Amino acid sequence: MAGPTRTPFYKDVGFLFIFVLSVGSAATIYARDGAARFLEILRDDAVLWLTVLPKVAAGVMVAAFLRILLPKEVVARWIGERSGLKGLFVATLAGALIPGGPMTIFPIATSLYLSGADRGSTVAFITGWLTLGINRAVVWELSFFEPEFVVLRTLVSLPVPILCGIAARMLPGRTEEQRAADKTKPRPEVRE
Amino acid sequence: MIVLIFAAVLYVIAAAMIAMAARRDRALVGEGLRDAWGQLVIIMPALTVGILGAGFVAALLPPELAETYLGEGAGVSGYAIAYVIGVLTPGGPVVGFALGAAAIKAGASVPIVVVYVTAWALVNLNRVLIWERVTLPRKVMIERLIVSAPVPVLVGLFAWTVMELLSWW
Repeated sequence: MAGPTRTPFYKDVGFLFIFVLSVGSAATIYARDGAARFLEILRDDAVLWLTVLPKVAAGVMVAAFLRILLPKEVVARWIGERSGLKGLFVATLAGALIPGGPMTIFPIATSLYLSGADRGSTVAFITGWLTLGINRAVVWELSFFEPEFVVLRTLVSLPVPILCGIAARMLPGRTEEQRAADKTKPRPEVRE
Repeated sequence: MIVLIFAAVLYVIAAAMIAMAARRDRALVGEGLRDAWGQLVIIMPALTVGILGAGFVAALLPPELAETYLGEGAGVSGYAIAYVIGVLTPGGPVVGFALGAAAIKAGASVPIVVVYVTAWALVNLNRVLIWERVTLPRKVMIERLIVSAPVPVLVGLFAWTVMELLSWW
């Protein structure tokens, strides 16, 4: 899977920003609220990290094997550049139905993109998950909001992934050849 | 519990896919696992710092921030405030829903909470920095953010329109 950060993390400006923000916040908490509070937050974060780790591992495996198992012609036919509105519908539906958190959805989106999904479909897939995800609505949203709110929010969000997909296709930028060139860029090194 | 089931389902899916790859060609299993491992090695440093940092950043924000501001906002400024708070709300699958629900109880109008929840879902800084930045091709991420930027406001206006129509009817 290419695409995600290929620069080493210590040279990555975005990473450095997050690093400085994190260390700064941690130091502020330590100075303001004391060591006990600092350790409490650190412990909660560590627990979260431990619960996320196995899911990230599963997510990258699913994404990697999806790329191996799904023939590019099939991906291109269903959600490729020439898939039209049908492709956007399929991608939206897939995004809404696939259960998963960011640790699975984003790697899968990357796999689909690298296997021949166009940017419109990829955006529709992610947006479908973000705004219409069934799993999220049922498990999380319904446990906080009245059903009426969930129905209204879902209703007004129904056209969103398709419209975002159309908009993404209309953005200026790459031709098909340039896109093909994107995909043949070297993959990140695989370390044993 | 739900979280455990979810993780188990993921592993069942992964195992099924590995089995399918093995049936096609044994060598594909090694290729897939190496690919997955390579990804994990790239993702984990940024993710680790992001997750550890997010807790501290969240602890610095006043807890009643969203509730108060969403409850008071109305009109154009209400939409803008809901949007900005949606972008800034820290971590987790629950936080946006929890704060939105609390805001409704505190008197926020439904369209404004729709703007907030949608902004939190689509253009949340925490998710972009911790997850998308590491797992998506940069171009896709930027294009997605560009086309998503106006959506929370449009969806809020749409919700407001639907509610007005329903109240006339």
